[in-house]
Amino acid sequence: MAADESYPDDLRYHPEHDWARIDGDVATLGITWYAQDALGEIVHFEPPEQGSSVAPGESYGEVESVKAVSEVVAPLSGEVVEVNSKVVEEPETINDDPYGDGWLVRVRLSDPAEVNDLLDVEAYRELLAGQ
Amino acid sequence: MSYLSLTDADRDAMLGAVGVGSVDELFRDVPEGVRLGRRLDLEPALSEQELVAHLTELAERNVDTGKELSFLGAGIYDHYVPAVVDAVLLRGEFLTAYTPYQPEMSQGVLQAIFEYQTVICELTGMDVSNASGYDGTTVAADACFVAKHVTSRRTVVLCETLNPQVRQVVKTYAPGFGLEVVEVPHRDGVTDPDDLRSAAEDAACVIFQQPNFFGCLEPAPDLAAAANDAGALPVAHVDPVSLGVLEAPGAYGCALAIGEGQSAGNYQSYGGPHYGFIAARSEFIRRMPGRIVGETTDLGGERGFVLTLQTREQHIRREKATSNITTNQTLLALGGLVHLSWLGPQGLRELGETCMGLGEYAKERLGLPLVFPEPATFKEFAVRVGRSAKDVVRETRAHGVHPGYALGRDYAGLDDALLVAVTEKRSPADIDRLAEVLGQVVG
Amino acid sequence: MKLIFEKSRPGRRAGSLPNYDLPRAEAPEELVRRKPPRLPEISEPELVRHFTALADRNFGVDTGFYPLGSCTMKHNPRVNERVANLPGFRDLHPYQEAEAAQGALELMWRLQEILAEVCGLHAVSLQPAAGSQGELTGLMLMRAYFADRGESDQRRVVITADTAHGTNPASVAMAGFELQKAETDDRGNLDLDDLRAKVDGRTAGLMLTNPSTLGLFDEHIEEVSAIFHDAGALLYYDGANLNAVCGISRPGDMGFDIVHINLHKTFSQPHGGGGPGGGPIAVRDILEPFLPVPAIVREGEEFRLDHARPKTIGKVRGFCGPFGVFVRSYAFIRSYGPELKKMSEVAVLNANYLLARLRDVYELPFDRLCMHEFVLSARNLKREHGVTALDVAKRLMDHGFHPPTIYFPLIVPEALMIEPTETEAKETLDDFVEAMRSIAAEAASDPRALKDAPHRRPVRRLDEVKAAKRAIVKYGFDEHPGSEPERAEGEPLEAQQGA
Repeated sequence: MAADESYPDDLRYHPEHDWARIDGDVATLGITWYAQDALGEIVHFEPPEQGSSVAPGESYGEVESVKAVSEVVAPLSGEVVEVNSKVVEEPETINDDPYGDGWLVRVRLSDPAEVNDLLDVEAYRELLAGQ
Repeated sequence: MSYLSLTDADRDAMLGAVGVGSVDELFRDVPEGVRLGRRLDLEPALSEQELVAHLTELAERNVDTGKELSFLGAGIYDHYVPAVVDAVLLRGEFLTAYTPYQPEMSQGVLQAIFEYQTVICELTGMDVSNASGYDGTTVAADACFVAKHVTSRRTVVLCETLNPQVRQVVKTYAPGFGLEVVEVPHRDGVTDPDDLRSAAEDAACVIFQQPNFFGCLEPAPDLAAAANDAGALPVAHVDPVSLGVLEAPGAYGCALAIGEGQSAGNYQSYGGPHYGFIAARSEFIRRMPGRIVGETTDLGGERGFVLTLQTREQHIRREKATSNITTNQTLLALGGLVHLSWLGPQGLRELGETCMGLGEYAKERLGLPLVFPEPATFKEFAVRVGRSAKDVVRETRAHGVHPGYALGRDYAGLDDALLVAVTEKRSPADIDRLAEVLGQVVG
Repeated sequence: MKLIFEKSRPGRRAGSLPNYDLPRAEAPEELVRRKPPRLPEISEPELVRHFTALADRNFGVDTGFYPLGSCTMKHNPRVNERVANLPGFRDLHPYQEAEAAQGALELMWRLQEILAEVCGLHAVSLQPAAGSQGELTGLMLMRAYFADRGESDQRRVVITADTAHGTNPASVAMAGFELQKAETDDRGNLDLDDLRAKVDGRTAGLMLTNPSTLGLFDEHIEEVSAIFHDAGALLYYDGANLNAVCGISRPGDMGFDIVHINLHKTFSQPHGGGGPGGGPIAVRDILEPFLPVPAIVREGEEFRLDHARPKTIGKVRGFCGPFGVFVRSYAFIRSYGPELKKMSEVAVLNANYLLARLRDVYELPFDRLCMHEFVLSARNLKREHGVTALDVAKRLMDHGFHPPTIYFPLIVPEALMIEPTETEAKETLDDFVEAMRSIAAEAASDPRALKDAPHRRPVRRLDEVKAAKRAIVKYGFDEHPGSEPERAEGEPLEAQQGA
């Protein structure tokens, strides 16, 4: 069951429609409701390897629908400490619950100050309004 | 010329609907400077009857395997193609359909490809097959591309006993893929597993052929193990007709199995069109090139088939695709499916046994020294004729018998070697005739 | 419908083999197959019925109108099948001596000459197996050409149009070039300013389809050609749309240096449900030394294969290419002769007629006369009624038509790309127009009928998401244990002997 459109206040956003939930020096990453809706039903998540490093604006994985592929862009730098095996097994979880069970990876941040470069929910909503 | 359907009245009415006065006006966007401005310099049109006469005249200047007793093989074989293959392949619904982009219009082709994929997986012991590649050469290049991405290594190893044309095609593709090609020489007609192991250090894959180009049976399980030891993907290039008697590559640890499909269901046709097949273990499914058909259900819950995992392909992933292939060889692969279904498991095994039995009979009857006396062979074997094999071919042909392929063309030191192929279409009496003629020519 | 494996019964068989009564020869034990492949076990009557039933569930040009844009689904003359199956062609071994294959060599040589004339170029290689392999071969020629001139480190970039087939960027990547995309202007031509900004000493070449995938002839093709040639780069012509311009305008005269020809489109090789095709390439004289081997050459009245080409890129597939395809395409062209021009004229007339009769009900993104195909957009139906190009396509099936190409080119939203070809009768085109118009009306009155379409095919709309999520790509024997052949290992198999 697809989720209703929402953009939680407690998240930070990257303009490529990725979100980050910050918890100390660990960030949980995922894609926004807008991104999953644009793709349609997601059939595959190609995850990064645990231990690999990610950098802001760079792709760390792919999500696929039947007729489209989209790179997932990291909003922050760090090392991948966990991949959500549930979305690897059941990729439609991303559609069902993009901010909850549909998270993609957890990253140990190498530069927590980068968080300040991300959008807050108002700025992200403004960006969406312009699309 | 009778392939157009418009009458003069139709044309006038249609030009009127478009709002132009003449057909020429339709081309007003074509700049004057790039127009041809003259008739094409081609020979005049032929009626259907004249066309058939002209092409028959050309065809009759070829000596086909119905006119000459032929023992040519070397990758393309004169196996019997059953009548049901012709009948199915001439059905207009298959013959004149495009790639099955719209599954509701194409369930026949889609199901046939699904059945073909199943048959290829059964033959090779693999988990996934695509809908076909161009031929037995290009699937080898495809396999290298898969291996490069899976292993991130930059070298591919080819056994020297792999069909020379396959090696040549891989070498043509390799620079674009950023791959280096290394070749492993043979020892007495087969590849030594230790040689292979050392060559395969840091290699993305190893491609060997079973039976190999000389018809010799490689120690395939040992070769696969050697590649696996070195962390290179073992790729077996196999003849589908051999797989009723010879072990499936999946059963001895290969990562991929590829091959030329011609011997199952296709005529020789001067080298094409035929089909290549490529099959792999399930873990490589997302790196596979080309079309793959998958099972699903329709809105009413009925089983149906669609092209699947299309995000691998060029029309979606474009420059990051696993291959640029779009048109493949579906109709020829369908021929393979029909032929293999006609044979069934028992027929395929008998066919393999017949070819092997005939091969042994021919070795004995010819009585010529074997180039590689040690290894067992399948369907094909190399003999020494004591002088230029090319000359022997020419002289033997003067007696209405083509004795085989002169190996000196591809292998240094084998100018006096002849590769003789026997399919089920060559009877013991035919072999006796070959022995008689070769006996006269070689002396 | 059942799979052939579900019709299989242990012990049943169709084929028989000659029994030569020879001693049994065996492979070494460690190489012997242990478990037989589970091929179908089926009688010949059941085999024929199975494939006939499959054919009944398929739609070809023989069945009806197939306006699949960019695929040129024209009638496939049956005489071509007859001649391709002449034993002198069909049963000819590719290693037959040249003197015993003169007819085949002459046919290929003649086809090369014809294609060179149609393309306005110097030399032809028939070898590539299909259009996309022709592209790759053409790009390999570019590499070889620049390497020969000592420019290979410098010439790294190939430019493709944003309207290009996906094969173009994929081929660029496979050939080891970097990709750059060029934009389309508001008349559907390449944007010249954009090109001028992008083309420089790093540019190896351009790949272009002309007419484009929008069905529009590039009005500035001479300027485009000059921009690339002035920068020392080459132009590659994707021949997917050659059906529009035979005898009217030749790629060589437009300035292209390399062309691939889709024999399965323009020259009527039947597409066979996905292949075979043929993708010969024609090149300007400066590129001839790099063509694949063997070359087919004529010396006096004799024809032979020439392998001695020191600068060749090598081989891109086995032997000389898909010879059976050459026979069909040669026969097709000989049945037209110089009147090949008429083929293209009628193809363009048929397309413009459809366009004129449909332009008021679907959106037309580029308002020009089209060439052999045109692109409409169902954007208006989506906006007003929530009906998509996919729904229109599926509903067309209920009218007995194969749908057009949809969602391509990528720059047109809700694209419907329609190519009628020259072989269709006006009545067929009129019936198609009526169907397209009634679907547009239905989008307003009964959108559900479109969303649920097709209603009259052997299956209803298929679940592609399910197929992609859990890919089932072969029959699950293990889930259907009853269909396994029941045979003890090593039990001798007896051949049927006579009938």
